[in-house]
Amino acid sequence: MSGRVLMPLLRRDLLLAFRRRAELIQPLVFLLVVISLFPLGVGPGPQLLAQIAVGVIWIAALLATVLTLENLFRSDFEDGSLEQLVVSGQPMVKVALAKVGAHWLVTGLPIVLLAPLLALWMNLSAAGIPVLVMSLLLGTPTLALLGAIASALTVSVRRGGQLLSLLVFPLYVPILILASSAVGSAVDGLPYQGQLGLLGAGFILALTLAPWAIAAALKLSLE
Amino acid sequence: MSRLKRLFHQFGSPPWLFQFSGRVVPWLWAACLILSAWGLWWGLFRAPPDYLQGESVRIMYVHVPAAWMSMMIYLLMALMGAAGLIWHVRAAEIMALSSAPIGAAFTLLALITGSLWGRPTWGTYWVWDARLTSELVLLFLYLGVLGLHNAFDEPRKGARAAALLSVVGLVNLPIIHYSVNWWNTLHQPASIGVSGNSIHPSMLWPLLIMAVATKLFYAANLLTRTRVRLLEENPRRRWVRDWVEGGKA
Repeated sequence: MSGRVLMPLLRRDLLLAFRRRAELIQPLVFLLVVISLFPLGVGPGPQLLAQIAVGVIWIAALLATVLTLENLFRSDFEDGSLEQLVVSGQPMVKVALAKVGAHWLVTGLPIVLLAPLLALWMNLSAAGIPVLVMSLLLGTPTLALLGAIASALTVSVRRGGQLLSLLVFPLYVPILILASSAVGSAVDGLPYQGQLGLLGAGFILALTLAPWAIAAALKLSLE
Repeated sequence: MSRLKRLFHQFGSPPWLFQFSGRVVPWLWAACLILSAWGLWWGLFRAPPDYLQGESVRIMYVHVPAAWMSMMIYLLMALMGAAGLIWHVRAAEIMALSSAPIGAAFTLLALITGSLWGRPTWGTYWVWDARLTSELVLLFLYLGVLGLHNAFDEPRKGARAAALLSVVGLVNLPIIHYSVNWWNTLHQPASIGVSGNSIHPSMLWPLLIMAVATKLFYAANLLTRTRVRLLEENPRRRWVRDWVEGGKA
């Protein structure tokens, strides 16, 4: 049963994303631009940059994620395919998982891959870079899952974008804290596995519960 | 049918809820006013100043009950919202939604009084203290629920969306709370607060009275708001017409 909706929908969303490559690049460009503004704003001192590097990279990743979340269900909602998916009787939980999975593959994963470069820019010490990548790898799927709930709730609302950020940022607080603490510990030569473990636990929790909330929110938006 | 179940069904019926709250609301408001006046007088004039914090400790009689209420109301709002979503009880949705502005107001009050208290005690209006930060995040959660509801054109749909969001927030709230606490211990030494010593009865009593008074305020305000919404949403029902024409329900 799962193969019938999960994989085809995932493939379809990926295909759609790659047909619009220009849009695919946008969040990454946004990330680069935001991060390059920080040295201009606070000064190019390498020590100061190293100190704020994790926070800046993670906050920019949050913003880039939220920026793309607005369109997660939008086009499917507008052309009616979302409604067809609900009517089709397929489990909405799997539909939600496929949509979020495709979204993470095209926006979250590139951020993870770009992170080492950003870390060099921000003069993060070498010990922190692998942990930063790990924290993004464990954290960005959680961002996508939690954000998809808010995206599904606001899909039928006009100008839902600003509202979306208000809805998701409070939910992102623990992830930001754990991730920046993990990288900070690694830079200081302290154990960081605990924080990464908690990030992983958060991801598993979100993966278990969020699809149900997304499914409920989608049904509600289509009422 | 068990008694509890009947009560549940009665609360779910708009005319019954409207009548019941009409009878209860004046008493709740009266009790709330009397208790707040008593508690405030006791806290602001009769209770002794603290030997460490001096007169500024009196802010506590407003701040602490407001902070308690801000958390309790979020819990109740999410539970009522969940009940509304699961059993399709419209009255529960209305009450969940009516709780949001009250809870947001208490949160804001707790934040303002907290920073006013922080100025003489900590020497600054704002520190990124764990409790202040949690409270700030809670305010954002409330604002999200309110904003989401307002964004919808149909009030019914907006209420259901807001209820779902508040349930998601309730699941996250303990995680947020503990992560903020933990973050705080990493970055700052423990802040000065009321020490672990048990609080003296001369200060405890006004605090307890104010805690009860704020709960009465919530109940009275909630039911008043609920009555207005019940009327707004059922303009064509018989019991509404009877009430408007007869002046009594």
